[in-house]
Amino acid sequence: MNPPATRPFIQLTDVSKYFDKFCALDAVSLDIELGQKLVICGPSGSGKSTLIRCINRLERHEAGEIRIDNIVVDDSSTGRAVLRNNVGMVFQQFNLFPHLTILENLILGPVRARKMAEAEARDLAMHYLERVRIPEQFSKYPAQLSGGQQQRVAIARALCMAPKIMLFDEPTSALDPEMIAEVLDVIEELADSGMTMICVTHEMGFARQVADMMLFMDHGKIVEMGPPKTFFTAPESDRCKLFLSQILRH
Amino acid sequence: MQFIQIMQLIKSKFCALMPSSLISVLGLAGLVSLGGCSGNWGWYVVNPATETGRQNLAFLIDGLYYTIGLSVTAICISICLGLLVALPALSNRRAPKAINRIYVELVRAIPILVLILWVYYGLPQVASVSISVFWAGVLALAISDSAFQAEIFRAGIQSIDRGQYEASHSISLNYRDTMRYVILPQAIKRILPALGNQLVYMLKMSSLVSVIGMQELTRRANELVVTEYRPLEIYTVLVLEYLVVILIVSAGVRWLERRLETN
Repeated sequence: MNPPATRPFIQLTDVSKYFDKFCALDAVSLDIELGQKLVICGPSGSGKSTLIRCINRLERHEAGEIRIDNIVVDDSSTGRAVLRNNVGMVFQQFNLFPHLTILENLILGPVRARKMAEAEARDLAMHYLERVRIPEQFSKYPAQLSGGQQQRVAIARALCMAPKIMLFDEPTSALDPEMIAEVLDVIEELADSGMTMICVTHEMGFARQVADMMLFMDHGKIVEMGPPKTFFTAPESDRCKLFLSQILRH
Repeated sequence: MQFIQIMQLIKSKFCALMPSSLISVLGLAGLVSLGGCSGNWGWYVVNPATETGRQNLAFLIDGLYYTIGLSVTAICISICLGLLVALPALSNRRAPKAINRIYVELVRAIPILVLILWVYYGLPQVASVSISVFWAGVLALAISDSAFQAEIFRAGIQSIDRGQYEASHSISLNYRDTMRYVILPQAIKRILPALGNQLVYMLKMSSLVSVIGMQELTRRANELVVTEYRPLEIYTVLVLEYLVVILIVSAGVRWLERRLETN
């Protein structure tokens, strides 16, 4: 009944990024449909973080094109608007605002960028705090929370902007082992609710559960891509085989 | 042996009880009273028990109004100006950075006294506007201090983690809101001790505005010395006046710091 989408929701075409001479992304092309859950893995320096940072324009790519909802992501007002309305991000280091309470952290974006009424923003914030299971902490400051709680607040903060797609940049890498599960549970629930997500992570058990597409990167290139079943059991490239054998050995 | 121990005990207790600022006031008062015994001092000029002494004291202390008015007005302007000058330094482009560097280097190279004289005597000729002593003083002090404020703001803002900008970007805050709600509140908290220092510095430098006839603390002391021929006593009172004002300001800044820390 619906006409088929002419283009995927996010489309990367030959995206390249250099840091001085170092090539962080080497002509990467990638399509992501709405509702898709993409997990990116790979050794450090392989360009996986750079890839999602380029999608969110925290890094500027030098060549190629990134389209979201068929709109080119660049410094134009339409490019910025499409990011503003569609993309949320969660960082490795949480990056909560330390001088604001949890609730203030959550309502800052809706109130200032979305011009939402404060009371409405508060209701929204409390709704998402309940979803990440820490509504009772709303009046505390970030430093008073554990790492796992802080990362869940960061997820709630991103959700308050009602994004269509969430980017996770190693969301559990800065956490104590005990805290990882509570954060992954929240992300998993989010995935089950139908959120489109791209997640850079080394948590392979989580990836196997959540991902409908796995992506392995090395030296700024996509080396291997496929559904988790074949990705984990029968990877094609030797580099990916080696990586998986190292990471899954223990 | 026992005597030394007792003295040490008294000293340690004394130091623990008395804030250092109070000790410095007491020390100076002690020095003054010691001098008073030698016969060379003539405290009658500022003796609050006599009519003339009271008048002289009131004349001296009234200068506080101008000293504080000058310093506070100038610091408010210099903070705003300093922030405006600091922002281009944070740009990635070369031209705004150069503007910042040129302003800071130029203004820092001019002695305050020279700037005061230039603004008061020179500016009316250049711009063909008359400028009051007060505003000439404020302008000169504010411009001179703004270069230092700019450096303080730059350092403060640059000390904020990049992740704070990235998080602001990720929740769609524009540059102005990012600065206003995320970066500056954190930066100002960090630079508050430095801002307090600048206010103390400003209070002291305002004494230079006396050369163009501003009736602040120093000018009044000078004028009284001319009529009373008692420089030692009058300048001692002047020292005490500055000391009290600055100690109060320092205590205020420390109180503010503590308050912000608990928040």
